[in-house]
Amino acid sequence: MTIGIVSAAYIAAAVLFILSLGGLSGQESAKRAVWYGIVGMALAVAATVFGPGVGNWFIILVMIAGGSVMGYYVAARVQMTEMPQLVAALHSFVGLAAVFIGYNAELEVGTVLALKAVGGDLSTLAGFAEKLAHKDLVEIAILKVEVFLGVFIGAVTFTGSVIAFGKLAGKVDGKAKKLPGGHSLNAGAALGSIILLVIFFNGAGVWTLVLMTLLAFFIGCHLIVGIGGADMPVVVSMLNSYSGWAAAAIGFSLGNDLLIVTGALVGSSGAILSYIMCKAMNRSFVSVILGGFGGTTGPAMKIEGEQIAVDAEGVAAALNDADSIIIVPGYGMAVAQAQQAVSELTRKLRAAGKTVRFAIHPVAGRLPGHMNVLLAEAKVPYDIVMEMDEINDDFPTTDVVIVIGSNDIVNPAAEEDPNSPIAGMPVLQVWKAKQVFVSKRGQGTGYSGIDNSLFFKENTRMFYGDAKKSIGDLVPLMA
Amino acid sequence: MEIGRLAPGKTLISLFYPAQSKDLLDLAMSTGANVIAMDMVPRISRAQKMDALSSMANIAGYRAVIEAGNNFGRFFTGQVTAAGKVPPAKVLVIGAGVAGLAAIGTATSLGAITYAFDVRPEVAEQIESMGAQFVYLNFENAQDGAATGGYATPSSPEFREKQLAKFRELAQEIDIVITTALIPGRDAPKLWLADMVAAMKSGSVVIDLAAERGGNCDLTVADQKIVSENGVTIVGYTDFPSRMAAQASTLYSTNIRHMMTDLTPAKDGAIVHNMEDDVIRGATIAFQGEITYPPPPPKVQAIAAAKPKEKFKELPLAEKRARETAAFKTQTRNQVGLLVVSTLLLLLIGAYAPESFMGHFIVFVLSCFIGFSVIWNVSHSLHTPLMAVTNAISGIVIVGALLQVGSSNWLVVILAALSVLIATINIVGGFLVTRRMLALFQKS
Repeated sequence: MTIGIVSAAYIAAAVLFILSLGGLSGQESAKRAVWYGIVGMALAVAATVFGPGVGNWFIILVMIAGGSVMGYYVAARVQMTEMPQLVAALHSFVGLAAVFIGYNAELEVGTVLALKAVGGDLSTLAGFAEKLAHKDLVEIAILKVEVFLGVFIGAVTFTGSVIAFGKLAGKVDGKAKKLPGGHSLNAGAALGSIILLVIFFNGAGVWTLVLMTLLAFFIGCHLIVGIGGADMPVVVSMLNSYSGWAAAAIGFSLGNDLLIVTGALVGSSGAILSYIMCKAMNRSFVSVILGGFGGTTGPAMKIEGEQIAVDAEGVAAALNDADSIIIVPGYGMAVAQAQQAVSELTRKLRAAGKTVRFAIHPVAGRLPGHMNVLLAEAKVPYDIVMEMDEINDDFPTTDVVIVIGSNDIVNPAAEEDPNSPIAGMPVLQVWKAKQVFVSKRGQGTGYSGIDNSLFFKENTRMFYGDAKKSIGDLVPLMA
Repeated sequence: MEIGRLAPGKTLISLFYPAQSKDLLDLAMSTGANVIAMDMVPRISRAQKMDALSSMANIAGYRAVIEAGNNFGRFFTGQVTAAGKVPPAKVLVIGAGVAGLAAIGTATSLGAITYAFDVRPEVAEQIESMGAQFVYLNFENAQDGAATGGYATPSSPEFREKQLAKFRELAQEIDIVITTALIPGRDAPKLWLADMVAAMKSGSVVIDLAAERGGNCDLTVADQKIVSENGVTIVGYTDFPSRMAAQASTLYSTNIRHMMTDLTPAKDGAIVHNMEDDVIRGATIAFQGEITYPPPPPKVQAIAAAKPKEKFKELPLAEKRARETAAFKTQTRNQVGLLVVSTLLLLLIGAYAPESFMGHFIVFVLSCFIGFSVIWNVSHSLHTPLMAVTNAISGIVIVGALLQVGSSNWLVVILAALSVLIATINIVGGFLVTRRMLALFQKS
């Protein structure tokens, strides 16, 4: 294959990737969109493998086969509730790959420069090195900066994703933690990296790159450790963005436009997702990344009243009497794997002629759109699953709201108490419904660690217990 | 009269109708006894168990249908028999209070096609729950009857016209009409006029439960059953509960027993006439030689009042336009500012960077723009699949690794090979998981 054909294939792949992302605007077109992505990727890989300057075919074959088997194994086995962990883990792979490729580029540059210095025979060079041989000194300098950036972003993505994976999988404590020194440590590490860049630029050896990688590893790790579990949707999409920028930086250093295009697409997509999440929580991106909820300006409003518990019979009676029901799922539903029971309950209620809808808060769960995927897995029809803006006005005319394992996203304090840490965050106004049942494991607080005055409202009843069991108990009681 | 035998300290519990029997009330007051009128029990949830009016109305509604059946020469249900087809009876119930609802329930359970009308549109739900069809009027500003303690109030002349026109339209096909429309403290409104009776088929029946107060039907004669010229039977009995004496006594005695329970909180037979209690206060019409009728409005609202609809505040047009132009101006300013700054930055980069870099840079910036405009359209519910797809696509770094794997340096080969491996996991895993997720989304 000539360079021309390879370029043509790259253009086709880039177009297919754009179509793939654009197709995700609707459920039906999304199914087609994935195929665009798959074909685009196959085209890109094939064109590269059979294109000029690629050797060691046997290694490539083994590695691709091995990677495919592992990828297939992981994707086929993962539970839908474990999606956040999986996505985070996959991000870390991209980050690590970017680091490796960056190192390779630097090693090749070293070889080429050494050869040039002794006036060796440049024609013996193969692959990427051959391309490098044609670059002049300014281009090599730019290349160094690009490599440095690519490795830095890749390294931050790698450790950040690993920590995010640990937190989401419950292997690392989900609470926000910081080493003494807090963000000044991160800032120091970032400053150190810049100094190392200058040294590296002026011709210092590979050691500066290694040292910088270690610093970047530290930054990624420390940054994500300092972010609480409730902010994980933002973190995951931010890491998604980083992995894109890392790919784009690598594209620059290798002079490969396909990498640049794809990296930029992924990078901007992640950035927008993060922005949407932050807006949904009414918080600035910076305050999310710097970790912890914003400072309070005064004592929180006193909550009066008491939490009144109710048993399955009570909830069932109210459901049998109700005409319109809204279910508000949260992370607790995912943890308890209650989506099947919820779906079963929905089927029964709908069969009885009642209106059942789902209200999804933009940041419910630990991943953007997490709840939609879980409900879809349990075969809840997607046209009764509503966004916050679509359904918030309907609560006053709703008979029964069932809150399953969500807390902060239904907290009235966000609207009623200006001193609350979550003040101003748009929430689902479930308390305006005639009756609210909260399915909850115990009397604990949400991830933001603040009390929820919803639980103390007069029209709220607490339905304690594991969500899967609680909802499962309701199903046979439906008339 | 027995009422003369009352004395201070004694308590009379009875149906009394103080609004209609002023003289009797004065007499009772003069004896100094305490009088509790069972018909004055306020309509709040707690007092339902002593609400004798509701119990009696329930019986009246049931009995009205039975009485209608008695005078109606056909089946209620439609039947197809060997001897021919019988059409189902069509019943219209006017006024969906307790009596009306009881009548609807009885008529539907006998198999009739039942229609019902009420001036309070909010009872449509109750009517439909009993199995009847609500007769809707196309009329705006329908009154909100719930604010008056669950009773209807007189309606406007325009509304009445519409209502009568609708009835006139229905009269031809209705077999049985049961009218239960009453407004507290007033004569019964005339709703079923002579011309409507004339329009009805021969053999039809009109049961007027409001006969005691003059009747809802023009032709009603209280306590009598008459037959109109065109053969329509009009029943104006006023003693429907008494026609089911055993049932009426059972229910009424239970109401009184509940009243006694509330009057004797200590369960020792001693009456504690607590005038602070909403229910007892409301039902008491004479207390220690004074008339305590009418009672003050109950402290607890009977029925949640429907909130008046919020009117959307329209800004004056000029102000609106001024705001829009101001917003447009700031937007333009922001955009122009951003463009100028980024152009300067790009120029700065362009001045120093070599040509090959600028070529790639153009591609990079354009891709960012495409990404931004494409992602905004992604629907919220697909954000997780979006992340999985972008994640899979970011596995494109495999291209970089593939380009390096042919190197002559063994370290480069190893690192590149590893990169190929993990990038492949990423690509395959990402796409497969996305496909799995999307396959789950289905329409109902």
